[in-house]
Amino acid sequence: MSTRLATGGRLLNKSRAVSFTFNGQHMTGYEGDTLASALLANDQMLVGRSFKYHRPRGIVASGAEEPNGLVNLGLGGRFEPNQRVTTTELFDGLTAKSQNHWPSLEFDVGAINAQMSRFMPAGFYYKTFMYPRPLWKHVYEPFIRKAAGLGAAPKERDDDTYEHFYAFCDVLVIGGGVAGLQAAKAAADTGARVMLIEQTAHWGGRAPVDGGEIAGKPVDNYVDETVAALEAMDNVTLRRRMMGAGVYDHGYVLAYERLTDHAPDMTGPRHRLWRIRAGHIVTATGAIERPLSFAGNDIPGVMLASAVRDYVTNFGVSPGDRTVVVTNNDNAYLTAIALKHAGLDVPAILDARVLPTDSALMAQAKALGIRVLMGHGVSTVMGGKRVTGVAVCSQAGEGSILETIPCDVVAMSGGWSPVVHLWSHCGGKLTWDTAQAAFKPDVDKAPTGADGKAFVTAAGSASGALLLADVLSNADAAGQAAATSTGHKTARNASAAPEASHTPEAPMAPVWLMPQGAGIKLRSKAWLDYQNDVKVSDVQLAAQEGFHSVEHAKRYTTLGMATDQGKLSNINGLAILSDSLNQPIPQTGTTTFRPPYTPISMGAIGGEARGDVFQPIRRTPMHDWHDENGAEWEPVGHWRRPYAYVRSGESTHDAVMRETKNTRENLGMLDASTLGKIIVRGPDAGKFLDMMYTNMMSTLKPGKCRYGLMCDENGFLIDDGVVARIDEHTWLCHTTTGGAERIHAHMEEWLQTEWWTWQVYVANVTEQYAQIAVVGPKAREALEHLGGMDVSAEALGFMDWADGTLGGFDVRVYRISFSGELSYEIAVPASKGQALWDALMAVGAGLGVMPYGTECLHILRAEKGFIMIGDETDGTVIPQDLGLHWAISKKKDDFIGKRGQERSHMVDPTRWQLVGLETVDGSTLPDGAYASAEGTNANGQRETQGRVTSTYHSPNLDRGIAMGLVLNGPDRMGEVLTFPGTDGKEYKAKIVSPVFYDPEGEKPNV
Amino acid sequence: MSNIVSALNQKTYADGIAEVREIGLQGMITLRGDTASTAVKSAATDVAGVDMPAPNQVNCVDQRGICWMSPDELLVLCPYETVADNLAKMRKSLDGAHALSVDVSDARAVFDLSGPHAREALAKLVPVDLSPDVFKEGMFRRSRMAQVPAAFWLHAPDTFRIITFRSQAQYAFDLLKVAVQPGSEVGFF
Amino acid sequence: MLILTCPCCGVTGEETEFHAGGEAHLKRHGPGSTADQFEEYLFMRENPKGVHFERWRHVYGCGKWFHAARSTTTLEVYGTYAAQTHEPPKDLRDTISKKVPGWTWREFQ
Repeated sequence: MSTRLATGGRLLNKSRAVSFTFNGQHMTGYEGDTLASALLANDQMLVGRSFKYHRPRGIVASGAEEPNGLVNLGLGGRFEPNQRVTTTELFDGLTAKSQNHWPSLEFDVGAINAQMSRFMPAGFYYKTFMYPRPLWKHVYEPFIRKAAGLGAAPKERDDDTYEHFYAFCDVLVIGGGVAGLQAAKAAADTGARVMLIEQTAHWGGRAPVDGGEIAGKPVDNYVDETVAALEAMDNVTLRRRMMGAGVYDHGYVLAYERLTDHAPDMTGPRHRLWRIRAGHIVTATGAIERPLSFAGNDIPGVMLASAVRDYVTNFGVSPGDRTVVVTNNDNAYLTAIALKHAGLDVPAILDARVLPTDSALMAQAKALGIRVLMGHGVSTVMGGKRVTGVAVCSQAGEGSILETIPCDVVAMSGGWSPVVHLWSHCGGKLTWDTAQAAFKPDVDKAPTGADGKAFVTAAGSASGALLLADVLSNADAAGQAAATSTGHKTARNASAAPEASHTPEAPMAPVWLMPQGAGIKLRSKAWLDYQNDVKVSDVQLAAQEGFHSVEHAKRYTTLGMATDQGKLSNINGLAILSDSLNQPIPQTGTTTFRPPYTPISMGAIGGEARGDVFQPIRRTPMHDWHDENGAEWEPVGHWRRPYAYVRSGESTHDAVMRETKNTRENLGMLDASTLGKIIVRGPDAGKFLDMMYTNMMSTLKPGKCRYGLMCDENGFLIDDGVVARIDEHTWLCHTTTGGAERIHAHMEEWLQTEWWTWQVYVANVTEQYAQIAVVGPKAREALEHLGGMDVSAEALGFMDWADGTLGGFDVRVYRISFSGELSYEIAVPASKGQALWDALMAVGAGLGVMPYGTECLHILRAEKGFIMIGDETDGTVIPQDLGLHWAISKKKDDFIGKRGQERSHMVDPTRWQLVGLETVDGSTLPDGAYASAEGTNANGQRETQGRVTSTYHSPNLDRGIAMGLVLNGPDRMGEVLTFPGTDGKEYKAKIVSPVFYDPEGEKPNV
Repeated sequence: MSNIVSALNQKTYADGIAEVREIGLQGMITLRGDTASTAVKSAATDVAGVDMPAPNQVNCVDQRGICWMSPDELLVLCPYETVADNLAKMRKSLDGAHALSVDVSDARAVFDLSGPHAREALAKLVPVDLSPDVFKEGMFRRSRMAQVPAAFWLHAPDTFRIITFRSQAQYAFDLLKVAVQPGSEVGFF
Repeated sequence: MLILTCPCCGVTGEETEFHAGGEAHLKRHGPGSTADQFEEYLFMRENPKGVHFERWRHVYGCGKWFHAARSTTTLEVYGTYAAQTHEPPKDLRDTISKKVPGWTWREFQ
C-alpha cells in the first residue's frame, strides 16, 4: 500500500494539515502536497478508469505528463473536468471525483470492454459500426458517445473571472529548473529584460531530487541563491505557477498563470493568460521519462521511476512497500537508492542492459544490498487494481518466466525524452539523438522570426543535455546567446556556469519492447498510451493495415491524443511503428506538436470577454431612454437599436403594428443616430464622390441632398444613403448603420492607395451627432411647436437641409424621408441628443407622438418599395437588378463598379429583377422563400424563378406585402407565382409594383 | 446647459486596484491637413496653446493639447465650451489651405485610469509595451483596447487618459472595471 | 502572430492592430478595359511560396495603408514601405536579393 513516510517531504509544510474529499471520502494531506501525493498518502493509487476499456488506472507520473490521474474537480460554478492530480495543488476543502466509470470506481460495468479487448483493436469502431448506415445516427453513435468521453461537462456558469496581460521582454525563459535559472541569470547579467516562468509552484525542477552538487553545495542551495539573486535584479520578472503554453510567430508566447487554483478563497482572477512578445525565447522545459512497454504496464502501481523518487523525496510519500525497478539506464538506480534511504524495500532492479562492468550507480545500489539482474526485464506484471508482483524474464527472450517477485510498485524507466514541444510549436526542427534514443532540438533549424533569425534556443535537458554539469553550462550559454541576439552585450567569459558534480551514468540502451521477442499475448497487454488505451499490438496492426504515416497511425489508433497529447507515449509509439515498418525512427518522424503544452482553461482564453464585456455593444445617446421605455433590442452590427417599444399588455407584433399605423397617421420618432456620417472635404471631393457613388454627386448644390448608391469594383451594391452638400468643398455622406466604419475605410483605401494625389480629406463623424427622425403628417407641426428656424415647405423643401435652431438647440435639419411620410431628420451634438429627444417627445405629446423601432421602419420603407442594404442586396445584386437605373449616372466615364456592371453576366436580361409581391389571400409570404418554376435542374432540384427579399404584414394596407427578385419580373405584372414554404404550405403571390403605398409620392412632399 | 451630458456623466469606479473615471465633456477637434505645413501647425497650436508634438507624441496641459494622430491628422483638445469659437478661428487661419477641421467632442468618451496600478491594469487590455522605461510621459498611442479602438497617453505619472468612441463608452468603462478588479494586481512593472 | 512596423507612423505593433489587404501593386482597370485586363485586375492573384508583396492597413493606429514584403514560408518581413508607389523600392528589392538570391514576383526580381 502507499502511505505517508515519517520523514522526508522537502516541499511539505507538515505543520499545516489540509483536508479534502475524493469520491466523497474525507482525506487529509499537508500544505505543499499535490492532489496526487495526497491521494497516495491516503493509499488511493486507483484514480480512474481508462477511456476505451475502462481498465483501472493509477497514478503514473508526478508532473504535467500524467495520463491517468484525471479528476472532476470542484462543485457547481467551480466544477471542472479532466484536472490532473499531479499538477493540482492541494487546498483545504478540495473536492475531487474520479471519472469514466459507472456505477463506481471500484466496480465499473464498462470494464466488460476490457474483457472484450481482444475483439476491439485499433479501428474497431470504424470497421464495426459502418453498416447498416441508419443505425449509426440512432444507435451506434449515442451508445458510443455515452460510453466514451473524458469527464463531465460543467453545468453551471463559471463563478470565476479571468484576464489577459500583455507583456514584453528581451528574453523569456520558459522553465524554472536549474537550466532555466542559470539561463535567466546569464541573460539578466547582460542587462536584458528577462522573464522566467515556471509551471509548478517550485523553483529548481527535478534537479534537487536527483542529487549532485553545484559549486560544492547541494542543488537546493544553488536554487535558493539563484532565485534570490534574480529577485534582486530590476530587469528580471519571476513567475511561478505559469506555464509556457505555446510559442507562435515572431516571438509571441502564450503563458498560462494559475493564480487562485491553489487557494480558491483568494480574491481576483483565477487564471491570467499572458500574451508575451519576447525578443528571444529560451525553452528550459526539461525532459520527461519514458515508460517501458511490457505486459501489464498499466496496472495501478506501475509508475515512472522518477515519479517514485519524487513522491518519496518531495512529498514524503511511499508509493509502496516493495518496489521493483525496471530500467534500461542508470538514472533509474537513483530511485532504488532513494527508496532504500527512505527505509523501503527494493527486492530487485531489472536492468535490460548487459554492461561489461558495473557503473558507479550500480555499485552504489549493490552496496545498499539491492539485487541487480542485468539483461532482465518484466515478462508480465501481476495484479488487477493494484500490482502484486512481477514475472521476470530475459530481455533477449520471448518472455519465459524465470521467477516471480512479489511487490506493490514497479518503477520503470525507458530513458528520457527532452520536452521539445515549445521548440517545435513554431517550426523548430528535431534531430535524433542516438545516444539517448530521443528526439532533441536541431540547433541549426530553430524557428525564425520577423528578422529571419532564430528566436528560440533550447537549454538544459530540453536541449538533450541530461547530466547536471552539462545542463548548467548549456543553459548558461543559451541565456547569453539569447541576450546577445536581442542586442545586449555579455560581460562574461564563455561560460560562467558554476561547477557541478554528480554521479556519472553509463550509457542507456534503447528498449522499445520488453522482452524484445514478446509474442502477441504479451504485446496486446503492453500499453503505449494509457489514456487512450493504445497497445503495442494496436500500432503494429495500424502499420500492417497501411497506416504508415505517423499522423495517420495516430488518428487510426488514437495514440497520443486527448488531454496528455502523448507526452509519455509518443516516442514509444513511434519506435513500435518504425519497427513495424522496418525503418529507422527519424524516418518515421514525429506527429506535430501543437499548443497548448497542457490544456488551459476556456476562461483564460476568453479573458475579460464575458458577461457585459463579451462584445463591445454600441449605444446611442438615447439608449437608456429606449431601455426604460420598453425597447426590445435588435442587434445591428454591434449597435443595439430598438426593434419596437412594447407597452404593457402588448405583444411585440402589436407594438410594431401600432407604431407603423401611428407614424402614418400622426407622428413617429426614430433614433437614427446609428446611421453613418462621413465628412468628405477638399478641392477634389466632388470628383472623388463621383467615383464613389454611381450617381453624380459633384453637381449637387450646397443646401441640397441626394440619395446615392455605392458599389464595389464587381458592380455589386454595397451601401446607400443620403448625401448632403455642405459647402463648395464639403459633402456629408450618410451610410447605413452597419456601413459607417466600412465605408469610411473604403473611402480611405481609394484615397490612399489609388488616387493619392487628389486633395480630399475624409472624417467619420458618425458619433458626433444624435440624429432623430421626426416622421408623419404632424412632423412639421411638432417642429413648429419647438420653435426656431423656418421648416415650412417653402423654406425647407423636400431633399433640402439647413442649419438653424429648434427649441434652443443648434441643429442641422435634413428634409429626407425613408418612410414616404413628411419627415425631418434632426442632428444635434450627441451630448444634447437626449435633451432634444425629450423636447420632441414633449411637443409631440399633443400630436400623438410615439417612438418607433426598426421593424416599423422596415415596414414603412417596404410599403414604399425602398430597398434595404442586406435585404434586397446580398453581395451579388447590382443596382440595375433593383430598378435603380435612375441612380446610375450615364454621364460619368468611370465610377467604382462601372466596369464590373458592363460584364456579360451583369447585362444579362435574365437577371432577376425587383418587383412587389402581393399574396392572393392577404397572408404574409415567408422570408427568403423561392418561387418555383417548371422542371428540375441538373441536380434534380426544382427550378426556381425568384425569391422573396423583404416581407411584412402592412397594418396600413392590412395585408401581406413583399418585395422579391423575379425572372423578367417587371414584364410579368399581374402574374401569380407559387412560393413553397418550409412549413409545407404553398403561398401564391401576384407580381405588382414594389410601391404599395402612396405611389404618387404626395405624402412627403407637402 | 445642464442637459449636455457626456456619455457616462462622469461615472467612477474607485474600488479596484486603480480608479476608473469618465472625465466628462472634453472639447476635441479633428484637424486633417499637412502636419508639416506652417498653416496647419499654427492653426493647431494657436487654439491649443501648446507646442506642436512630435510624431506619436502628445502635448497636453489640463484640457488643452494636441495629439499626433497620423502624418496628416491631429486631435486638438480644448475646453468643451470653446470648441465652436476655436473651430471658427481655426478655419479662418486655414483659409485657402487644403485641410479639414471638424468638431468631434461628442463622438468620444474620455477616461482617466489612475493609481499606482494603472499601468498594469491597462496592460491587460492593450497590446502595447507599457513598461515605465518604454512608455513614458509625452507618448501618444492609438491601438486596440480589448475589442475597440482607443488612444491613450500618460496625462500624469500614474494616470492614463484614454479616448474611445462615445458609443463604446459603457463597454470601455465595464472593461476597465474588470481590469482593475480587486485582487488582480500583477506586479509586473 | 506577426509584428509589423508601420512606415507611416513608425509604430511597431502586433498583427491584431493591422488589417491585411491582399496583394500589392495591382493596376486598376476601369471602363474601356478588355475582359482579360479586368479579370486580371479583379481576380488573378499571385500565390507565391516565398517572397510576396502585400498591402496592410494600420487600422487600429494611424489608419494608413502601407505595403510589406514578406516571406509566405518563413514569415520573415523584409521591409515595409509607403502605399503611394507602383512598385517595390529598389533598396528593398536589393535587401531581399541578398537574403533570397534569385527571387521573382510578378515582373519584379
